[in-house]
Order: sequence, then structure tokens, then C-alpha cells
Amino acid sequence: MTSVGSIAEKAAGPVDTGPAVATQPSPLPFLRGVRIGDVLAIAPFAVFAVLFLLLPMSYLLIQAFQAQDGSFTLNNIAGLATPRIASAFWYSIRISAASAVLGAVVGLLMALAIIRGGLPGWIGNIVMTFSGVASNFAGIPLAFAFLATLGRVGLITVLARQLFGIDLYRSGFNLLSFWGLTLTYLYFQIPLMILIIAPAIHGMKKEWNEAAATLGATKWQFWRYVGLPVLWPNLLGTLSLLFANAFGAVATAYALSTSAFNIVPILLFAQIRGDVLGDRGLGAALALGMVVITALANVIYLIVRVRSERWLK
Amino acid sequence: MKQNRTLAWIVFGIGAAYFVLPLLATVLFSLSIRKSGYTLDAYANVFSDPRFQSTFGFSLWIGLCTIVVGLSIVVPAAYYVRLRAPHLRPVIEFVTLLPLIIPAIVLVFGYVRFYNSSSWLPLTNSNFGTATLLTLAYVALGLPYMYRAVDTGLRTIDVQTLTEAATIMGANQFQVITQVIFPNIIVAVLSGAFLTLAIVIGEFTIASLLGVQVFGVYMENIGANRAFEPAALSIISFVLTWGAMGMIAFLGRFAPKTAPRT
Amino acid sequence: MAEPFLQIDKITKTFKDNQVVKGIDLSFDKGEFVSLLGPSGCGKTTILRMIAGFEAPTTGAILVDGKDITALPPNQRKIGMVFQAYALFPNMNVADNIGFGLKIAGAPRPERDARVEEMLKLIGLPGYGKRYPFELSGGQQQRVALARALAPRPRMLLLDEPLSALDAKIRVSLREEIRAIQRELGITTVFVTHDQEEALSISDRIVVMNAGRVEQFGTPFEVYNKPQTRFAATFVGTLNTIHAKVVDAGAKSVSIDGQTATIPALPASARAGDTVSLTMRPEAVSLANGHARDIVLDGTVSEVAFLGAVIRLKVKLGDNVVALDTFNDQNVPPPRYDERVRVTIASSDILALGD
Ligand SMILES: Nc1ncnc2c1ncn2[C@@H]1O[C@H](COP(=O)(O)OP(=O)(O)OP(=O)(O)O)[C@@H](O)[C@H]1O
Ligand SMILES: [Mg+2]
Repeated sequence: MTSVGSIAEKAAGPVDTGPAVATQPSPLPFLRGVRIGDVLAIAPFAVFAVLFLLLPMSYLLIQAFQAQDGSFTLNNIAGLATPRIASAFWYSIRISAASAVLGAVVGLLMALAIIRGGLPGWIGNIVMTFSGVASNFAGIPLAFAFLATLGRVGLITVLARQLFGIDLYRSGFNLLSFWGLTLTYLYFQIPLMILIIAPAIHGMKKEWNEAAATLGATKWQFWRYVGLPVLWPNLLGTLSLLFANAFGAVATAYALSTSAFNIVPILLFAQIRGDVLGDRGLGAALALGMVVITALANVIYLIVRVRSERWLK
Repeated sequence: MKQNRTLAWIVFGIGAAYFVLPLLATVLFSLSIRKSGYTLDAYANVFSDPRFQSTFGFSLWIGLCTIVVGLSIVVPAAYYVRLRAPHLRPVIEFVTLLPLIIPAIVLVFGYVRFYNSSSWLPLTNSNFGTATLLTLAYVALGLPYMYRAVDTGLRTIDVQTLTEAATIMGANQFQVITQVIFPNIIVAVLSGAFLTLAIVIGEFTIASLLGVQVFGVYMENIGANRAFEPAALSIISFVLTWGAMGMIAFLGRFAPKTAPRT
Repeated sequence: MAEPFLQIDKITKTFKDNQVVKGIDLSFDKGEFVSLLGPSGCGKTTILRMIAGFEAPTTGAILVDGKDITALPPNQRKIGMVFQAYALFPNMNVADNIGFGLKIAGAPRPERDARVEEMLKLIGLPGYGKRYPFELSGGQQQRVALARALAPRPRMLLLDEPLSALDAKIRVSLREEIRAIQRELGITTVFVTHDQEEALSISDRIVVMNAGRVEQFGTPFEVYNKPQTRFAATFVGTLNTIHAKVVDAGAKSVSIDGQTATIPALPASARAGDTVSLTMRPEAVSLANGHARDIVLDGTVSEVAFLGAVIRLKVKLGDNVVALDTFNDQNVPPPRYDERVRVTIASSDILALGD
């Protein structure tokens, strides 16, 4: 046995190392084996990435640190702390966090209900298909739908007044408010959560429940020690994704009202339209601030996803 | 078990109410343009509006261009990375994820600054240039989805073996991509295309800031000036999105099913 | 005799309108290792899950130590269970997995740690406590699953095809290990398998099941040598069937491929001209070189399979084919394909099976 093995190894040896040895002495190692076809295959992508992602973004990045005369400055970044901008960031962060947390919780509950709640299979299929649609049903049309439903003359507002004598707006509700916008955002946040978390829930084996039960655990103890910890990385990751998703959204809020929401993307929108801040560098800093926040959220998502994929294999 | 299911029904019921009510309300709202009973007048107004026709047509056209340009960028790159340069995979994947990290409004801000009338490539000077820039912005927007769709398609077929088989029979690299690889990943590619279309067709932010009159911008204008037509537009958009997603689900049935390789 | 430890009392189980367990009555003794053996879909898992409490019997009762537990929820039954797919908690390391049951029971930390150490030693994985399940091989994971089930000192252990996800070598070594651990702890164990060799090699007793019914319940020796039904005989081990024509019912003589033999066990109901089937294990048939038993038949070799220690031959007797094993003797080459051979059978080895 051993002799057979070693013969095979010896025979395989030179074949394996052959090409590496032959190419190593090349003076330009990055050019080894380059073919014209390869260059043509990657070139469009590379050109696009440089011209329409990297360069414009780097240009903004530089401008964020440039004074009017082109010299380096940190004033633009410091300018983000002015009350108008800082309050916009704060409002944006709160609205994104609220819609992300609520979206995640409700989405999780709905995903659990359709996957593990013993509902008939066709309900699950409908919810998943609908989620695919609703998660893409954002922006202008979504705003129109909510205005038609819960706006001042929206159907539910009117019906509530006519049928039940409840005046939603008198009793504190306003679509053009923090919670109104949150409610609207949930229309794409919840479906997105369902779409992302469903595979993770499918990955939870029924045997885990049963194993825990034979070891004496109650249903609650199962969720406390196994279910939630297993889903936790996914939850955290999806939460950051939902956060980023809401943080960058403009059209929905803009179509609800061009002025009611003091959120960063609308401020940036106004800045691009007409330099409302009266400072080009400050505009760039505003954009940079947005990217930093969404990037952070996405990085959390990516890190956490890698971790959880390892578990759920 | 029983109480579990009851709870599940309750959760589903609340969710269903939240998702169905706005649609229902919007449908009814869109039908009540006249005081006396329901009519389809709002829809008729929209469909007969020449600006609807022109902007919607233009959006479709931009969407098609986006798909064609996007695919001709993504397919060769994804194929190349999978087959010949797996070490580049992290780099390419990072680039394709950038548009998820960079909000669309920041992207367009960068374009407005970088390609303005005084820049080295003043794309925003002409209508054609602006439309091109819009298309490329949409390519960037759809990049994560298109790349992932194509990459998934490539994973389910054995690219390596197919390529080798075709090469032995004398095909060159261009022929391999167009005649062997592409037909095999067409379903995945079309899924990515429809998703991109769904994202692009009603897009507002970028188009508005580039000053291009597309469907999204038209909708926003209507929203500012009319009462019932926006609801009709909302329903039309929903149906369109549903159509695009339905196409993806429908196409999924034709995806090549290869035995998983171990 | 002592009261049985586990009693399954006239159990049936119906899913929708599909009755998958059709009245089962079994009692197991304390410390016994019993296998449930049967083809796929015969209801083995369903029975195990009823013992564990995951399914409620449609009718009947389950008693442990004389107490009816039919209505007790699974988490109060104190029954350990090992699953086919390991089912380790992926978010916990090995030590936390094994200690989970004790933690739930509220055992203090030091006691828990000591028990975990003890269990790790028992399964031969000392020092693996800090590893995570995804860092272990399948065989190691299944051992941890076993330790996890045993750690809280359950009164019974259930295993549902715990070895079928593992490859052949580990399957054999781990089943011996499971048996050794079971003996050491003296824990009553129910082991589900559809692998007859597995069941025969490690069980005290075997329940042979088919289509929701018990075909036979006995020791491996009894099940193999004295199968009580045709199903039990064919499912456990190989069975030869020879079709013979009755020549003279009074003299109990039959004709097989034109050769005459006397079968003392021929049923009294047989009439001349009837066809009867004679069944026997391959071990009951041997090549007639030298001493012959009371039935001697000539045939043609139709297959020679060299299996190492033994050689399995198939010999054609007209329309009948019988399988027999001969020991591999280095000095005697086995018969070749198409060679004429003479086989011999002791008529007392022919099994009397009801159809
Ligand atoms: N929850 C259920 N609902 C409906 N039918 C079921 C359910 N569980 C099992 N069955 C059916 O009961 C029958 C017996 O299943 P069971 O799992 O007990 O078989 P098994 O002997 O364990 O088979 P295998 O060797 O394949 O594991 C099968 O026909 C199965 O389809
Ligand atoms: Mg089973």
C-alpha cells in the first residue's frame, strides 16, 4: 500500500510543479500568460468601474477635503456639525434605525409564521412572491399609494372618519411625520427582511427543536439558547442592510413631501439641484458622510453573513 | 402545535392587512375620480397623456440599453473571473457591491460633478450625453444584481468543461462565450435583466438630477399636480413590478438543472 | 420475571387517513439493546418518535417503568435521542452541546463541567470541548451527539439510524463503540436501522417490522435461524427458494429439476402434482465433496463471486437458482462458471414458512 502511494506521488510531482517553475523567472510576473482574449473580456468591466464608479467617487472624496481654492482642508468635514446638517443626519439615522428594527422584527415574525408556523404551503409561496415584488416597489409609486391610503384625503383616513368617526389626523397621526415615513418605509423593509432571512430560517433544522426538547428544554428555552443565537448573525446583518437601504432612499420621502422630511438624502438632493448650502465642498462632505454610514452598515452585513454561512452549512 | 398555528395565522393576518390595505385603498382611490361611482377615467387620462406615452417609452428604451450595456460588461468579466482568474474574484465582487454601498444620490452627485459642462468629458452638455450618462448610472445600479445573476448561472453549468470541449472543437474565445456559454446561462441572465428593468423603469432620483424626462420624473410631476392619476400610476407601477418578478419566477423553471458537482 | 421497563401497548398511528403503525405490542427489559429493523417507510421512525413524545399515538399507550407517559411532553420524559443528521447546535461548542441538558436542568457549573469531561472521555474525544460542530467530522459529530444525549443521565436512549450518514468503515467501528458504551452504562436503548447486518451484530433483541406491523421479535439468533414469517426470512439474510413438484405426498417425495428428494417436513396438505416452495439459508447448502447430507442434487454453476474469506456460488437446478457459500481454501480452486457440481442439503435445515 505505502509503496503504491509513494510511486504515485513521485509521478505526480513534476507534473504539478512544472508550469509554475517555467513561469516564475518571467521579468514581469503580472504579465505572465496574459492573452488578448482575457484583456478583451475584462476590459469593459474595468473601464466602466474606473470611469463610472471609482473616478467620480474619488473626485467627490477629494472635494470633501478641498477648500474653494483647491487647498486641503478639514473645514468641510467640520461643517457637517452645523445644526442644519447634524439634525438631518440625526433624523436620517433615527428613521433608518426605526424602519430597520421594525422591519426586521415584523419580517422575522412573518417569515417564522410562514416557514415554521404550520401554515399551508401556498401561503408561503404567495408571501415570498409578494415580497419579491414589494421589496422593489419603492420610490414614487409607493409614496402615491400611501398618500392615497393614509394621506389627508386618503381612503382609510376618510373611511375612518365617515364610518367610525375617528379623525386620524386629529388624534395625532400624520403621514408626513417620522412615524408616517417609517410606516411607508416598512412596505419595502419588511419584504426585504423576509427575502433575506427566509433561507436562514429554512436552514434551521427541525431536529434542533427536538434535540433540545429531549434534553428537557421548553420551547422558550430553545429559542433563548439555540434558535435566536443561530439566527442572530443573520438578524444583525440584515438589520444593517435594511438600515443602509433606508438611509440612502430619497424618492419615497421626496414624493410624499418635498419639504416635510429633514433627511440627509433630501438635503443632498436640494444641494445638487441648487447648492442650497452655498458651499461645494460641504456638499461633497455630506455625500461622504452618507457613504461612510451606509458602508459601515454594509460591512457589518458582509462580515456577519460570512460567519453565519459557516454555521448553517 | 395548535397554538403555534393560531399565532402564525394572526401574524400572517396582520401582515397581510398591512400589505393589502394600501393596494386596495389605492385601487379604490384611483377609481373614484368622479363623485358618482367608480370609473376608469384616471387610467384613461394617464394612458392618453402623450407625456405618459413618451416618457414610458423612453424609460423602456433606457432600460433596454441598460440591460444590453450591463450584460456586455458583466458576462465576459464574470466568465473570465470564473474560468481564468479566480484570484481576481474578491476584487470584482467588491466592485460589483459598490453600488449597494454608495447610495444612488451620491453616485449621481459624483457624475454631476465629474461629467459637468466644464469637465474633461462634458457628458451633461448634450441630450445624448445625458441619456448616455443616465444609462450608465443605471448600469451601475443594476450591477450587483446582474453580476450575481450571471455568476449564479455560470456556477450551475460546468464552465470549465464546456469551454474545454468547445475549444477542442476549434472555437475561439469569442465563439465560446457567444455560442456556448451564453445560451446556457440565458435564463439567469434574463432574470438579472428583468430585475434591473424593475429597478430602472420608475427610477426618479438620478434621472431627475440629470434632468432627463423619464417615467419616474413624469410620475413625480403628476403627483405634484393631480389628485387621482397618481394612484392610477401607482397601481400601474405595481402591476409592472409584479410582471417583471413574475417573469423571473417563470424563467426560473427553465433554469438548467445540473447535478451538483462534488 | 421482572416487570418490563418499556411497554408499548397496542399502539396505532394514523396520519390523515394513512395508518402507518397498525397495532404494535412490545415490551423491552431494563438495560436491553433493541433494534427496530425494517424497510423504508415501515414506521420505525414513527414508533421512535412516539416513544420520544414527538408524535401522539392515535390509540394505545406507552409505559415506562409501569407509568403511563403517553401524555407527557417530550421535554419531561427524560429520554435521550440521537438523530441521523447529528443535529448538534451549531452555535455552541462541543462542551456546551454536551452540557446543554444539565444546564437546562439547572445543574451547577462545576458539576456540569465534570460531567462534560467524563462524557468526552467516554466517547474518546477528550480535549475537543472547545471545538465547534462544523470543525468535526461526521463520526465525531455523531459521538458528540451521543454524549449530549447521555449527559443528563436519561432513563432510555433512542437512536434513529445514527450511522447511515457515515461511511462504511466508521459505521462499523462506531456501532461497536455505541454498543460498548451502552453496555457500560446499562441504559435501555432502542436503535432504528434498516441495515440487517447492523441489527444482527449489536442487538440483544431485534424487532423485525413491515408495513406498520411487527413480523418477529427475538434475539438475532432466533430471527436469523428461526424466522417466523416469509418477510422476516427474506429481509434478514439471504433466502433460497426452490420450487419442487410433489411426486408422492405419502412418501413425502418431491421432484426438483427431475431429481427426486425426500422432504420430511412436507405439509400434510400437499397433493401429488402440487408445486411447493422449499426455503433455506445459503449456509444450509454445500458442495457435496465427500460427506453428503440427505438431499443431493446436481446442477450447473451460474455465478462465482469471490468475496475474500468466502466464495458465493450460485447453482442452477433447472429453473431454480440456489446461493451457497464455500470457504476460500487456498489449495482448492473454486468451481468455474458452467461447471457441473453436486450440492447437498440437510432436509432438517429447510425452513417451514407460512406464506
Ligand atoms: N408527519 C407525517 N405526516 C404524514 N405521513 C407521515 C408523517 N411521518 C411519517 N409519515 C409516513 O409514515 C410512514 C412511515 O414513516 P417512518 O418515517 O416511520 O418510516 P421509517 O420506517 O422510519 O422509514 P425510513 O427507513 O425511510 O426512515 C411513511 O409512509 C411516511 O410517509
Ligand atoms: Mg426513519
